[in-house]
Order: sequence, then C-alpha cells, then structure tokens
Amino acid sequence: MTHKTLVQIAKDLAAGKYSSREITQDIIADIKARDTVYNSFISLSEDLALGQADAADARIKVGNADILTGVPFAHKDLFCTQGHTTTAASKMLANFVPPYESTVGQRLLSAGAVCVGKTNMDEFAMGSSNESSFFGAVKNPWDLNAVPGGSSGGSAAAVAAGFVPAATGTDTGGSIRQPASFCNLTGIKPTYGRVSRFGIIAYASSLDQAGPMCQTAEDAAIMLNAMAGFDEQDSTSVQQETPDFTAELNLPLHGLKVGLPKEFFGPGLNPQVAECIMAAVKEIEKLGAQIIDISLPNLELSIPAYYVIAPSEASSNLSRFDGVRYGYRCDKPENLMDLYCRTRAEGFGTEVKRRIMVGTYALSEGYYDAYYVKAQRIRRLIKDDFARALSQVDVIMGPVAPTPAFDLGSNTKDPVAMYLEDIYTLSANMAGIPAMSAPAGFVNGRPVGLHIMGNYFAEAKLLNIAHQYQQVTDWHLQTPTSNSVPVSNQEKGA
Amino acid sequence: MALENADIEKIAVLARLQVTHSETNDYANSISSILSLMDQMQLVNTDGVEPLSNPHDATQRLRKDEVTCDNQREAFIAIAPATEDGLYLVPKVID
Repeated sequence: MTHKTLVQIAKDLAAGKYSSREITQDIIADIKARDTVYNSFISLSEDLALGQADAADARIKVGNADILTGVPFAHKDLFCTQGHTTTAASKMLANFVPPYESTVGQRLLSAGAVCVGKTNMDEFAMGSSNESSFFGAVKNPWDLNAVPGGSSGGSAAAVAAGFVPAATGTDTGGSIRQPASFCNLTGIKPTYGRVSRFGIIAYASSLDQAGPMCQTAEDAAIMLNAMAGFDEQDSTSVQQETPDFTAELNLPLHGLKVGLPKEFFGPGLNPQVAECIMAAVKEIEKLGAQIIDISLPNLELSIPAYYVIAPSEASSNLSRFDGVRYGYRCDKPENLMDLYCRTRAEGFGTEVKRRIMVGTYALSEGYYDAYYVKAQRIRRLIKDDFARALSQVDVIMGPVAPTPAFDLGSNTKDPVAMYLEDIYTLSANMAGIPAMSAPAGFVNGRPVGLHIMGNYFAEAKLLNIAHQYQQVTDWHLQTPTSNSVPVSNQEKGA
Repeated sequence: MALENADIEKIAVLARLQVTHSETNDYANSISSILSLMDQMQLVNTDGVEPLSNPHDATQRLRKDEVTCDNQREAFIAIAPATEDGLYLVPKVID
C-alpha cells in the first residue's frame, strides 16, 4: 500500500479495488507499526478517520465522489481539527481540543478526504529542522541521522515514509518547501491569501500560508484545488477566482522564460546541490525553456528582515496563550501576573520563548522604528526586486536550501546558524509570491529540491513546470524503500 | 547591539515570561547575536521606501456588522483550564 500516489489511490477507490475504510485501516496500522522510527505523527484520529472513510465509501457507492473522496491524508498539527487534539507541537496546547475545524480542513472533509492523524512539526511552526517539537524530533526517512527539515517536518516524513499520499503544511519562511526538498517531495506554498488561514494556529500572520505536500505535482494540484479559495473568515483571504490547478499541467514549456538569480548560486551554496539544480535547469531548457540570468539584489536582507517581522508578529499572536481561556495553565498561581508569566514560561519551549522575546523587543517603545518599520521597508525592496525580475522572466529557479538535509543536532546550539539556512526561502514569503519545491536529485543519498517561484497567483504555472519536469525525470518516484539506493546526479551521469 | 541582563529582565516582563537568573544570561547572549544579524538592515538606505505590511498592499476588509454565527459559549468555556458557573477563573485581582 505504501508510496501510492493520491491519483493511484483515487483510481483504486473508484475501481473498487479496496474501500476507503480498508485503506484507512491499513494506513493506521502501518503508522502504528513503523512510525516509532520516524516520529512523524503526534496523534492518530482513528475513530474520526473511520467515520469519514465510511461516509466516503457511501459517497463512492452512490456515484457522488470527488477525486479526493475516500483518500487518506494527514494534517500538520497546526490545523485545528474539531474534536481532535491540535497541539502545535507545544506543551502549551498538548491537551487542546478545538471546538471548530480550520477552513482548509473543512474543505478537505467536504471533498471526502479522510484525515488519519496530525503530524509532528517545530513548536508553533518555529524552526527549520523539526527539532523544537515538544513531542520530540522527527527523523528523515531517507537517512535517520538527518533532520526532515521544518517546520512541516512531520508532514514531509509521513509522506516520504509512505504512510499517506498527501499532507498539509504551512510555510511562513520556507516550512513547506524546505522539508519537501529534504524529503524528496513536491510541496507548494501558494500566493499569500490564496488559502485561508482560518483555524490554522497563527505564527506570523502577514507571512503564513498553507499548502500541500505530496509525491507529485499532479497530486499537489489536486490537493490545492480542494484547499484554496476565498474565505470570509480570513481577513487577508484574497477575492480572486480560484482556477483549476490541474488544468495547465500538460501544457508544453516551449518559450518559457526561466530566471536564475545569481544571488541563489553564491558561495554559501553546497557545490553538489548546485550541480543537481543546474542539471534540473538543463532538463527544463531541453523542454523548450529559455534560461536568463537575473538578480535579486536584496536577497541577503531577507534574513534579518524576516527575523524581525516574524518574531514581532509571533510575539503579538502568541500573547493569547495566557492560561485563562485554553491550553496549559501553571499550578497554583499567586496572582494574575504569576499566572501569565509562569504559564507561558512552563508552556512554551526554548525557541518559541526566544522569538517572543526578540519580537517583544523589536516592537517595544524606542525600537519599533529601528527594527519593525525598517524591516517592513526592506520587505518592500524585496517585493520590488521580484516585480523587476518577474517583468523579465516567467518564473525564477534555484535551490531551496544551501545544503541537503543536515544532521540531527548539528544546528541546535546556535540559532543564528539555523536562521541562515533559510536564505533561499524567506524572500518568497516576504513578497507573498507562490513558490514550490520539486525533487531534483540526491547528494550522498539525501534529496535535493528544485525551487520554482512565480508571480502572484501563478500556482498553476509552477505546477505545470514541475509536472512537465516529472514527465522526463524520475527523482520524484524514488522512495527511501526503493530497491536501489539513490545515487547522486553525477554518478548517474545526468 | 548587545543586551544586558537588565534589558532581558525588562523584555521578559513585557512578554509576560518568567525568566530564571540562569536563563537571563543565555537570553542575553543569544538575543544579542540575533540583534547583530538584524543590524545588517541598518546599512541599507530605505529613505522614502514605504513600509510593506501586506504583500498585496491590501487594507483590512470589513464586513457588515451583523450576527453570522450561533453563540458557542459552552463549547469555548468547556476547553478552558479553570471555570465556574460559565465564567473563566483567574487569581483575585482586587483585594
């Protein structure tokens, strides 16, 4: 059953090869048996899932099925699931059972998809390695000594391990794309506002965006079709018509203009990763694309500006955790201030507290202009850089991360070293443009993702490019359990 | 810019986080190194650049002031850590 794509499962369900209940039971048994190794799930929602599967089977029986009807998936544990714990991988919310469903969750349930459980992640989505989870680190199915990436590391590991064909993720500064890159998946961060943030526990509201993580671009397009759309309940949801994201998958790439920003290929980039990316770009060129050198001059500034804006917004968003209305509450508070301070000190982990402190400082009297407003001005410079580049080219390509997945524990001591890993992903969130990662090879057995960025609302174009690339390459079909050990591009002679 | 322990204690109060004495030093070190990363921003001239708070430069969408969902008081009270008679409990605020 493992590593079937979403499309394959949908076909099997439609053909009656097995029922949704059967595959859901098999998947849950598989997770129980094998996830002790990866720790990709925080919780399983077995009873709810079987109820959803039975409803899906009934829909399939009467011919009222959507493509997702009966297809199992997993939610990052940041999406509120009505009646099932939603922890944000934090002690603060370890027992939190939301009284409502996120809009994305509701849309997937309405399509008939079956949520088997909630995946591990960096606490409150703050991290690039999935090592800050209250529920323990996640291991990369490709190499158990490596991180799966973060913050959607559990979602990435759950798909890469072959438990589920698709998982939801969120991407505030790369949290879908970087774990997708590290785990050989296809993951897309849509345009800011394309997918509703309602019912997703907020990290940095002007940057947060949800998207799917799958094995193929086609699966990601199908998931995004269900997830995207205007939502009255999210004040920054965009009132744009939602296209069929699968409609352009088969368009040829002839005449496509691809920009390669020189800043994405600087000295910080691992040379073997660079080789994988250039080999991928060559393939896309063979498909008829024209490759053009471009520049995004303010790229490096995305790191300091992001690490002001995101913690500032986080310090505001996380002020709601006060020990009064939901979540953890400290024992025997002496007074109101003690209740707040101890609840938060005991409920939040180290990285979350550090970001709250940084954000509080950046927003405090006397520093607001020097940090927060300055970062917002730089944010506009970054947006303008993309506008200039995307007036010359259709899409921008480069690496997702400077290295393949790094070793567990190698970056946990120095937060700044970890932040620098986000150099290639942050700018798309700053500008709000869509961006994705698609499998593009291996370095020493660890996957490398090709980063594809496009103009606002150009998700269908990005998915089209990834899909066409996947018609002529087989990187995305490699699994950690493949009989042959994946080789690097050079060895394969690509 | 390097932060002193006294700065950390002040920020901790603003952030409503209890910070122990030993943690204060760690925060001073790690936050100071983060702030020196941020100080790269000061090298760039941004005079006349409008701050960007929404990627689409969108303003807040308003809705009609009308009731759109049922009262879910009980569902929300049910998940609170301490309640009594449908009210949230907090330590005594006024003596």
